[in-house]
Amino acid sequence: MKEKHMNKTIKGIAAPLSLANIDTDVIMPKRFLITITREGLADGTFADLRFDSTGEKRPEFILNKAPWAQATILVVGDNFGCGSSREHAVWGMRQLGINACIGTSFAGIFYDNARKNGLALPIVSHEIRDTLLQFARNASSAEISIELDSQTITAGEISASFKMDDATRTSLIEGRDDTLDTLKYAGAIYDFETRLGNKMRISVIK
Amino acid sequence: MTKTLYDKLVDAHKVCDLPDGDMLIYVDFHIMNEYTSPQAFSGMESKGLKVWRPEAHLSVVDHVNATRSVEAPDAQSKLLIDNLEKNCITHEIAFYGLGDLRQGIEHVIVPEQGLVVPGMLIACGDSHTTTYGAFGALGFGIGTSEVEHVLATQTLRYKRMKTMRVTIEGETTLGVTAKDIIMKVVQVVGAGGANGFAVEFAGSAIRALGMAGRMTVCNMAVELGARAALIAADEITEAALKDHPHSGQFVFKGESWASDPESVFDEEFTISGTNIEPLITWGTSPDQSISITANVPSALDYVSPKAKMALERSLQYMGLTEGQSAQSIKIDTAFIGSCTNSRIEDLREAAKILEGRQVAKGVEAIVVPGSAMTRMKAEAEGLRGIFEAAGFEWRPEAGCSMCLAMNDDIAMDGERVASSTNRNFEGRQGRGARTHLMSPAMVAAAAVTGHLVDVRNFR
Repeated sequence: MKEKHMNKTIKGIAAPLSLANIDTDVIMPKRFLITITREGLADGTFADLRFDSTGEKRPEFILNKAPWAQATILVVGDNFGCGSSREHAVWGMRQLGINACIGTSFAGIFYDNARKNGLALPIVSHEIRDTLLQFARNASSAEISIELDSQTITAGEISASFKMDDATRTSLIEGRDDTLDTLKYAGAIYDFETRLGNKMRISVIK
Repeated sequence: MTKTLYDKLVDAHKVCDLPDGDMLIYVDFHIMNEYTSPQAFSGMESKGLKVWRPEAHLSVVDHVNATRSVEAPDAQSKLLIDNLEKNCITHEIAFYGLGDLRQGIEHVIVPEQGLVVPGMLIACGDSHTTTYGAFGALGFGIGTSEVEHVLATQTLRYKRMKTMRVTIEGETTLGVTAKDIIMKVVQVVGAGGANGFAVEFAGSAIRALGMAGRMTVCNMAVELGARAALIAADEITEAALKDHPHSGQFVFKGESWASDPESVFDEEFTISGTNIEPLITWGTSPDQSISITANVPSALDYVSPKAKMALERSLQYMGLTEGQSAQSIKIDTAFIGSCTNSRIEDLREAAKILEGRQVAKGVEAIVVPGSAMTRMKAEAEGLRGIFEAAGFEWRPEAGCSMCLAMNDDIAMDGERVASSTNRNFEGRQGRGARTHLMSPAMVAAAAVTGHLVDVRNFR
């Protein structure tokens, strides 16, 4: 059996994005959703925050400023990723080079979408988040490091633990394909179906 | 031991525990649309996998299609629609496409077709799948990777959530609708206040609602972060299961689909139904709402600098001033539609306001019935005539339309919309568009006066 790499660390410049309730419409506006592939979504990510209506970069937006244009980590406001289920939001963030968002709470569907695409979402207290926001705001700050195995965030002198459920953590560390992994349990699924009565098996009229 | 309705539903669908702490749950029924499914089909195919149980899925076109005619609004949208049809043919999945009399917004047509009954588990690549909780079924939104997972395995990896009960006790007053109830809940619990929770709605104000109202409540529960919303099945639910194409074909027996008395919830909220007034949103998050008789908040109403900053940003985007009265807000557009409020009951409520009245000069008013069947029913009842006589544009084709403006029904920069939809996010109805959420009757009243107004003055 292939040995699993069990010590994944995410390291990089962190950008502060403190606004609460950043929804997936803001992360990936609808005009980028008319597509049948996962690719080509980097430009659409935070498009209305990054660009004005003529397509010019908004100089005041954090991800358009040095050094945060190189950010691979975001420190975000409460309830990040709320709203629509569109996984395009996560695909776009990954394509933009974002590997993790540190926040206090994430919307459920966004959280699950993130796990499927290798985007880590460490959950910390409001106090730690605000400290990290402060750290990230300082352009001369060092990189932030997120160690999934020990569930620790290190930022300069700051060291804090974060919450992440075991299944998500394992999935992120292993880079697992959940669909293929689940098919190992095909027998259990067949058994479950056998136990269902006829009237508990939906058959949609074509 | 007592069990909540949520725990009963999870237990009934648990296939097995997984070593990493997740469980596998069985998905009885899965719905797909044209924009969150393409990459799921291609993902499955690239792994050489097949659909586990094709007859357990339904595909429907609703997000990108035009509402003026059955033609797709542009070539790219047509590609999405054709791609879904092709995938359904390849994998032998039921497809209700444009021009099909069963077509419509997914969460409107599923109950019309009798495809939801108490005790089921339903997944769909759309966050408003919480709607099915109205039937005592567990419905929740999933992402595209999970759509692939359901297609290939008929299951999902799942983690049991915490439970919350929101009790709305005391009957609502005249002019207050299910939309106002759920908007009040979102205001009290907060956007994100129910992240990680399955929320059950209870109390006399909920029991008094018909199925359409219960669907509106469960639909918008996702705006407080709830991954699942539930209302116990009762005689009103039972009555609503009859006379649909799939009626009688599925029965999920074994337990009562209600929480046991004395069930313990992780969190509880109680709200007085009697005190709820018609609400409108003033900001860019669904919890930024006020009574129609109140004023837009001012910085004085907030203590924390963060809240003051959020207020400032919202007001700037919305083009409003602190302390401005709700009823002084003039509108450009009135929109009635969406999976929240486009059912026949919603159209009837709006028509009551519009009968014998005219849309104000300068206001563009649009109504998009939630499904082809809803449209035909409304036309048979004479509602179309009422809407059109008042000056509303009656759209013949059903879809999500201006709720998220993925088709050509897009609000312009700065355009102010009184909307019966579910999200007032920045840019949701169009770049720079300003959305005020409210009940369909309130939208109709605003259309008539040209500004936000108390619908109770119209009765």
